[in-house]
Amino acid sequence: MEIKLTLNGRPLTDQIDPGLLLIDFLRDHGCFSVKRGCETSNCGLCTVLMDGTPILSCSLLAARAAGHQIQTLEGLQEEAADFAGFIADQGADQCGFCNPGFVMNTIALLRENPDPTDEEILAYLSGNLCRCSGYEGQLRGIRSYLLSRGKKGGSHGA
Amino acid sequence: MEHKEYKSVNKPVRKKDAMQLLLGKPVYLDDITPKDALVVKILRSPHANAVIQEIRTDAAMKVPGVAAVYTWEDVPKNRFTIAGQTYPEPSPYDRLILDRHVRFAGDAVAIIAAETEKAALKAMKLIKVKYEILQPVLDFRTAKDHPVLVHPEEDWFPPCPVGGDSRRNLVASDVNSDGDVDEVLSQCDIVLDRTYHTKAFSQAMMETFRTYTELDRYGRLHVISSTQIVFHCRRILSRALGIPMSRIRVEKPRIGGGFGAKQTAVCEVYPAFVTMKTGRPAKLIYSREESQIAGSPRHEMEIRVRLGADKDGRIRGIDLYTLSNSGAYGEHGPTTVGLSGHKSIPLYTGNLEAYRFGYDVVYTNLQAAGAYRGYGATQGIYALETTVNELAEQLSIDPTALRDINMVKEGMQMPAYYNEPANACALDRCMEHCRKMFGWEEKYPVRDMGNGKVRAAGVAMAMQGSCISNVDVGSATLKLNEDGTYNLIIGAADMGTGCDTILAQMAAECMDCQVEDVAVFGADTDSSPYDSGSYASSTTYITGKAVERACSQLKEKIRSTAAELLGCSPQETVFEGKQVRRLDTGKTVSLEEIGYKSQVNSTQALEVTVSHSSPISPPPFMVGMAEIELDKETGLVTILDYMAVVDCGIPVNPALARIQTEGGIVQGIGHTLTEDVRYDRKGRPMGSSFMQYKLPTRLDIGTLKVEFEHSYEPTGPFGAKSIGEIVINTPAPALTHAIYRATGVWHRELPITPEKIALSLKTEAKHP
Repeated sequence: MEIKLTLNGRPLTDQIDPGLLLIDFLRDHGCFSVKRGCETSNCGLCTVLMDGTPILSCSLLAARAAGHQIQTLEGLQEEAADFAGFIADQGADQCGFCNPGFVMNTIALLRENPDPTDEEILAYLSGNLCRCSGYEGQLRGIRSYLLSRGKKGGSHGA
Repeated sequence: MEHKEYKSVNKPVRKKDAMQLLLGKPVYLDDITPKDALVVKILRSPHANAVIQEIRTDAAMKVPGVAAVYTWEDVPKNRFTIAGQTYPEPSPYDRLILDRHVRFAGDAVAIIAAETEKAALKAMKLIKVKYEILQPVLDFRTAKDHPVLVHPEEDWFPPCPVGGDSRRNLVASDVNSDGDVDEVLSQCDIVLDRTYHTKAFSQAMMETFRTYTELDRYGRLHVISSTQIVFHCRRILSRALGIPMSRIRVEKPRIGGGFGAKQTAVCEVYPAFVTMKTGRPAKLIYSREESQIAGSPRHEMEIRVRLGADKDGRIRGIDLYTLSNSGAYGEHGPTTVGLSGHKSIPLYTGNLEAYRFGYDVVYTNLQAAGAYRGYGATQGIYALETTVNELAEQLSIDPTALRDINMVKEGMQMPAYYNEPANACALDRCMEHCRKMFGWEEKYPVRDMGNGKVRAAGVAMAMQGSCISNVDVGSATLKLNEDGTYNLIIGAADMGTGCDTILAQMAAECMDCQVEDVAVFGADTDSSPYDSGSYASSTTYITGKAVERACSQLKEKIRSTAAELLGCSPQETVFEGKQVRRLDTGKTVSLEEIGYKSQVNSTQALEVTVSHSSPISPPPFMVGMAEIELDKETGLVTILDYMAVVDCGIPVNPALARIQTEGGIVQGIGHTLTEDVRYDRKGRPMGSSFMQYKLPTRLDIGTLKVEFEHSYEPTGPFGAKSIGEIVINTPAPALTHAIYRATGVWHRELPITPEKIALSLKTEAKHP
């Protein structure tokens, strides 16, 4: 079947198998940041944005994305780089396999709630599993980003 | 203890690959290997113990897109082990690529290779197998001398004498001791006799097992695999496929976590066999389910501790026996079990007069176990530390004070630790530090919150090693480039831990340059110097020392080339980082000039390769304390605070050491409270997805706080010991202790689920 959607700002038309999952469609189109960690919607590694909302691309048919805007980490490099360095400074990237999904969900969090409390951060990201870091370093990274932004004058989203 | 200010070492340097990883760049196996490779799938046995009577593949072969289907009849008949260990392997040669006898539900029955995943899966369904179903051995307590043999085959072969006997379902067996433990126990005021049971746990690294294989431009087998052990993997493939090592190249890309799982060549042989047979590129990516049911989880163990002490709390004798469940194959069976005694008992070297440590490792018809961070020490420490906590409660002595008088101290010789010395040991300072940081005095007393909830605390100590003494080899190749930068080439595998970065920090420290000036490459059997691989907590201690030694040798060579340019002898020069100076004239020559000189009319390569090994394995030490709130109605345990103080010598990178510790603690919390590899009554796996196998989320762990007490290990690079494994060992005993404090019930089996706690409280209420 034919689908049309917008991927990272570029309109795209493709012929797909109706059973194709969005995660496989995205990887087929070079979006290798999108990772598969389970098959049961439990790990959050495959998180992408559909019309700005975080979704699990392993649990959505590519066909369902037709007519929508899909964004992966490939299309949000600058927005991610803004805070990712703070997580790197904690060493909390570790093996990195969960990072893209976690970073995508953090982008969604910060767009929705630019000044979250620690509890709000933990709750929003609770669906993103990480087996390496023990999570604390990721929280410290986000927290120090928020603090640094506050010091710079606090223009959110910059 | 040596105090030194460093420029690069002991600094929280950002990991070299951090931004690549955080920004989602294509760096993992499935991102960088060609898409048009054959998709490899494995048909797995539904039975725990069966012999294939007939297997028909004709219908499967007719599926469009299917390239090949292989069965036991197609594979070489030489048995091998997939455990990644130094030769001669302690693990028995008990595997074939495909065997007619399948030994656990999930064992490989056939290999399917197809153009697409869809075709492979369709073909898998069309393979007709007739099994002769045999009685399985499912309870590891009855496995030894069971009438049913897991490995009845004649060609079962143990390359090392480890006390195994396939006719008795024994993978390994041994007893060792120091002093007369029976005599000492008979003199003690109190002897506790306790038995503990720890289950299999999955590493559950986020990137599942995966391997890509192809024939390279010379027709050699080129293997790209998510592995911790490129060199062992090459040897395993060479033996399994019956081809020389010169025809195999194994390399690893970035790895999405390992934790020991990838110290076993779990999936490499299948696509390698397909490529050798078809000549075509092949790729095998395990599903999460396959990783859970046919991976290499922690060994289930039952540990009996007899511990003797006097009324004043002096621990005088320990008799420890471990029964370990290796599952259907023997990978890491003979070695993991050793740590359950040798890396728990030495914690109590202080007053110990005698110990005995015996073990049996048995085969069963369950998923084969393997290496998992902690490697047996985790199980032994859970058992012994819980016994010590039980002793403290019985004697009404504060459990931290009890440890103060019994723990190993710096300078002691540890009879239970292969008689190795504790050169560097800050365990006493870790305890003092953790007590203060945690607020032990306030948190140890049980507090009823008045709403059905109780707050309580628990404590545990831990140790590990920093390598396998007299076995592990780490190597480093260091080259000077003509612009004065360096290439550091290693055979150790950075699996996310950051070893590429910490080794570069050491090189930068030695060569007096920036960490960015050192490019790190690894690991690839064609170009890396030999390294046993990233396991046994050894990379910092062993490969790190190889880096340090390589640097000093390269400096000598640089001075020698510089001396030619300066017209003097090398002894008359001094290395100053960016330049070499002639002492008498003060004349200098830059690193750049020296680098170029090595490329023009030169007979001396400005590169060195150094291998390192160690006769000792200095233990890191640690104390962990947990505060929980327990709901007596539901049995739910909520962790409020988990605090730990670690002595890993001098931390090479304090940020990464801290993350290692936090990550290890969270894995330990999972094992204690929620994770469990389970089987039904027929031995079929039940927890095959993250729906059932519950990893801790960031809401389940309370607040973690980690600090360090430095010691200086004279044999380590820059005083370093290890950090990777020890950090997983304290949560099980500390939480078990806290749960006892809150409920009055000792849970001697992991995991301790809310259900078990609630039921234990009901039983208590009925039978007060």
